[in-house]
Amino acid sequence: MKFIKYLLVGILFGIVMTKSEAISWYRIQEMFRFQAFHMYGIIGSALAVGIIGTFLIKKYQIRSLGDDAIHFNPKSISVPRYLFGGILFGLGWALTGACPGPIFTLIGNGFTVFIMVLLSALVGTLAYGALRSRLPH
Amino acid sequence: MMILFIEQISQPWAWYISGPMIALVMFLLLWFGGEFGVSSTMRTMCAAGGAGKRISFFDFDWKTQIWNIFFVVGAVVGGYLAATFLTPSEPLQISTATVSDLQKIGIAFNAGLAPTEIFSWSNLLTVKGFFVMIFGGFLIGFGTRWAGGCTSGHAISGLSNLQLASLIAVIGFFIGGLTMTHLFFPLIF
Repeated sequence: MKFIKYLLVGILFGIVMTKSEAISWYRIQEMFRFQAFHMYGIIGSALAVGIIGTFLIKKYQIRSLGDDAIHFNPKSISVPRYLFGGILFGLGWALTGACPGPIFTLIGNGFTVFIMVLLSALVGTLAYGALRSRLPH
Repeated sequence: MMILFIEQISQPWAWYISGPMIALVMFLLLWFGGEFGVSSTMRTMCAAGGAGKRISFFDFDWKTQIWNIFFVVGAVVGGYLAATFLTPSEPLQISTATVSDLQKIGIAFNAGLAPTEIFSWSNLLTVKGFFVMIFGGFLIGFGTRWAGGCTSGHAISGLSNLQLASLIAVIGFFIGGLTMTHLFFPLIF
């Protein structure tokens, strides 16, 4: 089944996020207090490899498994949606110590109460969908 | 040999291993025909639940996004496997400055991943617990959809593609996170 490979990469992601401690509320506090390099090292080194790899994919027109072109969807420039949406997410990130990926990973780690964080996030998603025509983008 | 290997990778991973591994996850997803962006699964879940019948934002062909649902289910499984089979022999090495800062606002470092005095089912019905988990979760859902992405989509994928929009988003993430940590935490805790 074609979706199994996504499940396997997801498992790898869950293991990496757990072992790197990026899912730790304490690590996120360290990050927002600038009291350790760890989280910046993770994001920075991910970016360093990411930028190089993305450049190589574009330069050599590397294709996907299904032999399709790999698309990078360029985002249109605007400020309001990215800034305001970003700020709201950042507030929630510091509160819960988790962004979406870690929410799922933490549930697997036994922090089952994060199912409620996920459900609340779904409600937030619904609220955005309902209100978006009234929000600056 | 296998036991030695398992013991090695059970210790906390250094940032210079973790970061490149995350980039690897991104490239594997791209190679498979997907992309690295977790928050969009929340829109997919709402759509799969039928929200598209009432709200146009969720009226799209969500079945094309099922691959990402498999990905996040994998994240749950991966978290379980790591917690069960790759438990480290030592507690998290959190900065003493952070531990002391948190102590001042009444949060103890329990050597685990998160303070269980906040993140527990029994705490869900307290004012503080509800605020942190339910309101916090709501902000994540609302904010990531408005910004069109979270850490994976903007900070990793978007910035890897040198997108200015993602830089603005990441600046927003930090304005929010810093404001919450430095301005609001002393008021909340």
